[in-house]
Amino acid sequence: MELTLSILLVFMIIGAVYALFARDLLSALISCGIVGYGLVICFLLLKAPDLAIVQIVVETVTLIIMVAVILDSTRQDLREKIVHNERGTHFINAKYVFNVLTVVILALFFLFFFNQAIGRLEPFGTHVTRMASAYVGDAAIKTGSANLVTGVLFDFRAYDTLGEATILFTAVVGVLTILRIKGRK
Amino acid sequence: MITMKGMSPIVKKVSQLISAIIFLYGIYIIVHGHLTPGGGFAGGAVLSGAFIFLVLAFGTDVLNLRREEEEASVIEGLAILIFVLMATIGLFIGIRVFFNNYLPKGQIGELISAGVIPLYNIAVGIEVGAALFTIFLALVIYKEEISK
Repeated sequence: MELTLSILLVFMIIGAVYALFARDLLSALISCGIVGYGLVICFLLLKAPDLAIVQIVVETVTLIIMVAVILDSTRQDLREKIVHNERGTHFINAKYVFNVLTVVILALFFLFFFNQAIGRLEPFGTHVTRMASAYVGDAAIKTGSANLVTGVLFDFRAYDTLGEATILFTAVVGVLTILRIKGRK
Repeated sequence: MITMKGMSPIVKKVSQLISAIIFLYGIYIIVHGHLTPGGGFAGGAVLSGAFIFLVLAFGTDVLNLRREEEEASVIEGLAILIFVLMATIGLFIGIRVFFNNYLPKGQIGELISAGVIPLYNIAVGIEVGAALFTIFLALVIYKEEISK
């Protein structure tokens, strides 16, 4: 499973990096979609179907909205601007070498500490805190819900769910306020 | 992409047939949230997806979008109000805790069980679905008014 997950993560990273350098906004958006749908498969492999359902639906809806926005926007102008910018640059110079060296040194530095930290972690799926084992052990009896995630979400951590609903409500109020044309004059 | 007249008749017919199934699937995910994977948030997003599908296929001049937007935002506000009220009722019943599970729990695994959790699920599902649909409609109406 870890090998599959690693391949998937590398694929997602390639998609994310390609999105930065894509000439066209639409292809950048599609490579962003690789990241989102790769995350869905990651959630399924890590045995989190609740998150996978939410991620696949929200990813699809946001992709539809963003494709609609991009097809209506000034996509051609942006492409010409990018091509124009790249014509005037010389790649190999002192600044370029300095940047690449900095990136390599920082990557090695973080890789070292990441390697140190990963050795001390518990294996995946074990409960580190007392709270976690109490949740997993008693949640079905205490809440009466067969799905533990919903039991935790709406009983033990219901404040978080209230906050999440409030955030969505605030987002809607903000969008309706900003996108109102009549009454602004 | 979102045009005034909508897409071809084939797309319209297929979306008419499919969107009802998507809607039913969203309701299933919400109602079975305490038994199977899913729950209020996932089911609500599926519900909004069914409506967005219809708007994309049928275009903007068939539906009365402004009235739909008002109704969706009113439903969203009512749903979150019901959610908070149900949580507040727990303060007055039993051990006086916010978000207290005050209804009888029943047998684990039955459809009607787990006390208030299915009701919370339904409220959050309606809220999320209406919220996502309202955001989508606000963007569509903004584009319509800009292009005039």
